[in-house]
Amino acid sequence: MPVEIDVDHVAKLARLSLTDDEKAALRVQLGIILEHAAKVGEVATDDVPPAAGAFERANVFRDDVVEPSLPVDEALRSAPDRDGDRFKVPPIAETGE
Amino acid sequence: MSELCDLHGWELSVKLAVGEVSAVEVLASCLTRVEEVDDRVKAFLTPTAQLARERAEELDAYLSTGAPQSAASGIPVAVKDVFTTNGVRTTAGSKILADYVPPYDATAWTRLSGAGAVLVGKTNCDEFAMGSSNENSAYGPVHNPWDLERVSGGSSGGSAAAVAAGEAVWAIGSDTGGSVRQPASLCGVVGLKPTYGRISRYGLIAFASSLDTVGTFTRSVRDAAAMLGVLAGHDPRDATSLDAPVPDYTAALGDGDLRGLRVGVITDAFGEGVEPGVAASVRAAVDRLVALGAKTDEVSLPHAAYALSAYYLIAPSEASSNLARYDGVRYGLRAEGDHTDSIAMMFATRGLGFGPEVKRRIVLGTYALSAGYYDAYYGQAQKVRTLVIRDYEAAFERFDVLVSPTSPTTAFPIGEKTGDPMAMYLNDIFTIPANLAGVPAISVPCGLDEAGLPVGIQLTAPLLDEATVLRVGHALESDLQLDLRPPLVAGR
Repeated sequence: MPVEIDVDHVAKLARLSLTDDEKAALRVQLGIILEHAAKVGEVATDDVPPAAGAFERANVFRDDVVEPSLPVDEALRSAPDRDGDRFKVPPIAETGE
Repeated sequence: MSELCDLHGWELSVKLAVGEVSAVEVLASCLTRVEEVDDRVKAFLTPTAQLARERAEELDAYLSTGAPQSAASGIPVAVKDVFTTNGVRTTAGSKILADYVPPYDATAWTRLSGAGAVLVGKTNCDEFAMGSSNENSAYGPVHNPWDLERVSGGSSGGSAAAVAAGEAVWAIGSDTGGSVRQPASLCGVVGLKPTYGRISRYGLIAFASSLDTVGTFTRSVRDAAAMLGVLAGHDPRDATSLDAPVPDYTAALGDGDLRGLRVGVITDAFGEGVEPGVAASVRAAVDRLVALGAKTDEVSLPHAAYALSAYYLIAPSEASSNLARYDGVRYGLRAEGDHTDSIAMMFATRGLGFGPEVKRRIVLGTYALSAGYYDAYYGQAQKVRTLVIRDYEAAFERFDVLVSPTSPTTAFPIGEKTGDPMAMYLNDIFTIPANLAGVPAISVPCGLDEAGLPVGIQLTAPLLDEATVLRVGHALESDLQLDLRPPLVAGR
């Protein structure tokens, strides 16, 4: 059975605007893909530990030494919009007006 | 008579060493080939001819002082457009990065460049490396040099096609579920995916971080060994890069004698869905391994059938997280318009900038990680990953190397599978398990099918044993002596 998913809700979580046509197509396609993907449940029993990667890695640390970082102008070179040394964006909070 | 661009890197190295050719001449040969064929192949998104000429001139001047030459010195290299290149546009095949000019180089390119390689250009690829046919590129598909109506494979299709057509001598790509090996197979070149972490991912635009692996495209296994020698090694900028010694891979190629080698033939990889021409060609190659002294037996990876399912939960989950960074704030596209707030701007930017496959995977991954579904999907997929790893461990107790076809089919017509995502995903059914387990694997051309399209055999070895897949691949190609040349350039 194809899986039914709430595309509107998931797209909202992903901050992704989708057209009605895109949503309709995704509902069908993801239903089929998830039906296939759900097969993992057939063999993934409780006694099998999960693997996050190909081999186990502990945290990797380096010495806490200050190193040169990207100059501000370089970091801002590809910014869609800037204001001096800052990234400029549309409002992020209520202005209280 | 071959042009310089049709020679192997190791052949060019010899000619460069004795002064028979210059780096400028080698580059000119590749640039001529690009001019002749790339309006049809469409391997390159951003050619860098002028930069390359300057670089080759510098290099000739440097080498003329008697400076030491590396295996990469003067070799024209194509770089998949998912590696950042300082000052050179890097799109990842996406509209969302259409005008992005990175301020830093990926380590893989830093190493090649530092060893004297010359950048021919940035190559076309599926958007954010998501795809198996290069048809998900926002800039149009790559056309297979063996048949321009067919796909190059993907996602590193431009890099594979560029090397197949002689537009570059070497190329780098990224392999998350087969994106180096599958296009290499479909374009008739050698594609190596080393152990996860063997080559630094720093500057590789992230798709699925626990699977992403830097790989190589060459026209011989000897060149793959040379390239890996340049690229491999620890990088403090990638916490997952391995701090293991880098052996002399070229010295490990051996003399073609495979006596004592234990080869496991993955029986399930010759059944339903595998084209008869592919199965026949790979079986014939296995017979050659036996003739060279190897012992073969059948082997099964019992959970390989579930690997595809696990992959299509794990990779999109990681992608949905990685691609959250494309928000129209710091770099890349920002949707125009009078946005009420930043959140609305992000919705609009991402809706406008991402293509259909990327959206599909973001939604799929977000769903698989969302509250209430995490355990049933992502959590279960991680358990299957453990089972796949154990399958390999068990197989490598009995065998030194495993063989299968790289891809169930040869290159298919452009447009044939674009309407059916699940059919497209099945292209990677034999390549995905090695990414889940992190083990090294190589695709080596082993013949042509009845339609004259290249077939690749995949060789897989235990973690960090790249030397074995290179040794076996080298023995096979030396024995087969295929010298594959696509019709597009064969008459030259």
